[in-house]
Amino acid sequence: MKIPFKYVRRNFVARRLTTAITIAGISLVVFVFSAVLMMAYGVQKTLIATGSDDNVLVARKAANGEISSIIPSETANIIKSLPQIARAPDDSPIASGEVVVVINLPKISEGGISNVTVRGVSPPAFQLRPQVKIVAGRMFAWGAREVIVGSAVAKRIEGAQIGKEVKFVGNQWRIVGMFETGGSGFDSEMWGDVAQIHDAFRRSGSFSTLTFRLQRRDQFDPLRAEFERDNRLQEFEPKIEKRFFEEQSELLATFIRILGIFVTLIFSAGATIGAMITMYAAVANRTAEVGTLRALGFRRRSVLGAFLVESLLIAVTGGAIGLFLASTLQFFRVSTLNFGSFSELEFAFALSPQIVIASLAFAMLMGVLGGFLPSVRASRLNIVNALRSS
Amino acid sequence: MRVFKLMLKNALRHKLRSFLTILGIAIAVLAFGLLRTVVTAWYSGVEASAANRLITRNAVSFIFPLPYAYRDQIAKVPGVEQITYANWFGGVYIDKNQFFARLAVDAKTIFDVYPEFIVPKDQFEAFQRERNACVIGSDIATRYNLKLGDLMQLEGDIYPGKWAFVVRGIYRPRDKTTDATQMFFHWTYVDEQMKQEMLGRGGDVGWYVIRIKNPDDAARISNDIDALFKNSRAETKTESERQFQQGFISSASVIITSLNVMSFVIIGIIMLILGNTMIMSARERTLEYAVLKTLGFSSGHLVGLIGGESLLISFLGGGFGLLFTYPFVAAFQAFVPKGWFPVFYVEFVTVVLAGLSALLVGVVASIFPIQRARRTTIVEGLRFIG
Amino acid sequence: MAALITVQNVSKSYWRDSFKIPVLKNITLEVPEGEFLGLMGPSGSGKTTLLNLVAGIDKPDTGAVVIDSTDIAKLGESALAKWRSRHIGFIFQFYNLLPVLTAFENIELPLLLTPLSKKGRREHVETALNVVGLADRMHHYPKQLSGGQEQRVAIARAIVTDPTLLVADEPTGDLDKNSADEILTLLERLNKEYKKTIVMVTHDPRAAERAHTVRQLDKGELT
Repeated sequence: MKIPFKYVRRNFVARRLTTAITIAGISLVVFVFSAVLMMAYGVQKTLIATGSDDNVLVARKAANGEISSIIPSETANIIKSLPQIARAPDDSPIASGEVVVVINLPKISEGGISNVTVRGVSPPAFQLRPQVKIVAGRMFAWGAREVIVGSAVAKRIEGAQIGKEVKFVGNQWRIVGMFETGGSGFDSEMWGDVAQIHDAFRRSGSFSTLTFRLQRRDQFDPLRAEFERDNRLQEFEPKIEKRFFEEQSELLATFIRILGIFVTLIFSAGATIGAMITMYAAVANRTAEVGTLRALGFRRRSVLGAFLVESLLIAVTGGAIGLFLASTLQFFRVSTLNFGSFSELEFAFALSPQIVIASLAFAMLMGVLGGFLPSVRASRLNIVNALRSS
Repeated sequence: MRVFKLMLKNALRHKLRSFLTILGIAIAVLAFGLLRTVVTAWYSGVEASAANRLITRNAVSFIFPLPYAYRDQIAKVPGVEQITYANWFGGVYIDKNQFFARLAVDAKTIFDVYPEFIVPKDQFEAFQRERNACVIGSDIATRYNLKLGDLMQLEGDIYPGKWAFVVRGIYRPRDKTTDATQMFFHWTYVDEQMKQEMLGRGGDVGWYVIRIKNPDDAARISNDIDALFKNSRAETKTESERQFQQGFISSASVIITSLNVMSFVIIGIIMLILGNTMIMSARERTLEYAVLKTLGFSSGHLVGLIGGESLLISFLGGGFGLLFTYPFVAAFQAFVPKGWFPVFYVEFVTVVLAGLSALLVGVVASIFPIQRARRTTIVEGLRFIG
Repeated sequence: MAALITVQNVSKSYWRDSFKIPVLKNITLEVPEGEFLGLMGPSGSGKTTLLNLVAGIDKPDTGAVVIDSTDIAKLGESALAKWRSRHIGFIFQFYNLLPVLTAFENIELPLLLTPLSKKGRREHVETALNVVGLADRMHHYPKQLSGGQEQRVAIARAIVTDPTLLVADEPTGDLDKNSADEILTLLERLNKEYKKTIVMVTHDPRAAERAHTVRQLDKGELT
């Protein structure tokens, strides 16, 4: 015989306060768990969105990020002549040699300094990155000391709005437009003419990275083979652009995950123990009832099941609340230093179906662990002793 | 105090429940300790700052170099006692996951300006003699099992090419806050190579470190130095070492804030666990509390009984939690990729805070049950079935 | 002899939602010192309520409750608690011993409120244990004792501070015939030999027989 769910549900309501506290504890834990996963995922999502599967980015093998990579101009020319690269109607390679540096600018909120990425681009850059759309002002003029800023920069950096001027390397650079890329890493950058950046920084022709489009996606492997074969290209490495930026996020995302999961595991141990305490008390208080149920003919298994289900109910309720609260974080965009690129990155907490499932599963695990031993105890109660205990 | 025996027996009444509660609190205190230690580790750079050191770097950002020629000019500024410089070499050692500072420095002056890196005299001299010698921190030596005379191969990125350095010195850290994971080699060696290999490179310094006579002069000297190079191609920004380190931290403020928030959440969880237990216990003892009141015990006595039991449990939990914090923190550090936290230890303040939290929790968790016990009249209590 | 207890024009009602239910209606009662009074009546008659008022664990809506010249109806909470510890020994139907304390410790409990030293307390407890005849069980826990033994421990607890007045609420209600007899004999002894004034609520006629005076309560009125 199965114990009716009605019994389970009514008991759940009867011990409101202690149940509420246990639910609160579990929802807190799930909240932290989900929030951490959402943060890490948000970082990755932003950076993955930055790159495309059709583009290849070449950087120095040993470089840890774009800013510490150097590609001499001769090498850049060699790469640009590779057959796998797509060509424009005028037969020029659709390739953008770029110089990436980091400059310090003050933050609008909370004072302090922010590291902002400045990217000097070549004309093909916009063809390579169609997601970049100018939403205010205009595009910078090639040959002028002008820049356009990503939406995150305009929002967070002091003096980085259209019409203002930013000073670096002894020159004033005029901000003439703002662009949006739909939530990718580029939103946290400033773009200008690479030739002008070269001139200002005295980089005389060497680039940080070279980005180009392949004629066809399957050309990547032959391209990579070419890099390995050619002596002159051995210190450099091509990567699918999406993959390159994904790797840039790995350090930060991993850090968030490790710390977050360590912490969550501990929290969850605490919450599970809280659930256990509540369930043990529930069992102790209902000893006579259990005895009655058993005397009426309900089997041990049913008793165990009923208590376990009650425990799960508590846990899932807590989990759902915690998850719901965490999901409201999606409205927040935060900005932090990305270790990989040594510059500021704006991202939003992002929820994925995997995170939802993981959080609920985690909640249920806490419920099962917390409720298991007490349920076993309930099922093992000796009928006679139980009936006598009132 | 006379009711201490009753209090103790009450706490032990449900051994399993008390054990679980203490365990729950211990675990939460553990997490609190870990979180605070991570935050502390983040600030370790700031803590290690010396009040009499200034950092001069390129005003545009840290990654842009300054001319070597600036050195003599800065040295002449009144109040400057000693000046050294360094370049961030970066590069790859073994693979891209080995994080520690690799710096090309002025071998003659670096240890003068940083007395907290203690190098034996003979090793210091050996370092001076060889162009491609290097000095490494004791933690690096341990981590990679390096001894004097061993070779370290680096693949450069900012300074392209393959480099080999010979370990001629191993420094030990003077203070708890000192980073023992740095690697120093000759700036002159790197500079020479760059001039030979790559056109237009060389003559660049990453940043200058200045020791001043009087910390109070920091602001004035900083302004004086920056004034020297205003409106040049490479304008400088000079600030105290502390401010410089704090600049790094503020960029990761989101993470630090999250960690601090989580610390509070932890305290909240502990309160819930203990509060839950206390409420249940108090509820079960409603009849007994009424009997005690009948015997003449006042509300004050009940407050002491319940509050005392709550504090007893929270202190036991806090005590165990603190006991296991040290090994737990060590385990965390083993888990985390090497080099993420060069300086990682449990501060005394953290221990104190954990203790205070246990106290706070013990008090707060008992509020609700105490209120309930006080408000329940004797007659109601005697009738209580539970 | 002057009345030890004077209940004067006392009324008490209880509130259930918005209904006022009168329990005691204008009760006046005098109990002389050394009396063994039995209060009887059907359930709901208010006898336990009257007992509670005399014992100082509840307060009347109107009227005075004067015990040994003190109108306890006028005392504040903490003064009342102090008064109780000195003047009242309460015996419950379900004994109400603290399960985590031994018999000795249960009896010692009221003495913790006095300035007595540990040695002094021990003497008093041992005396009380001897009176109720349970000296050999002093280190047993309540769950190791029979019902009758538990009640005897409870009585020892009630007399250990040598209170002015013993108050008993259905003391034999949960006991079998033999144990009930023992307890009633003990109460009689306390009254005759030790001159204790006892007010007992019961609806067991055998218990009522042992009392000197019996009053009936019906629907809140004394007869």
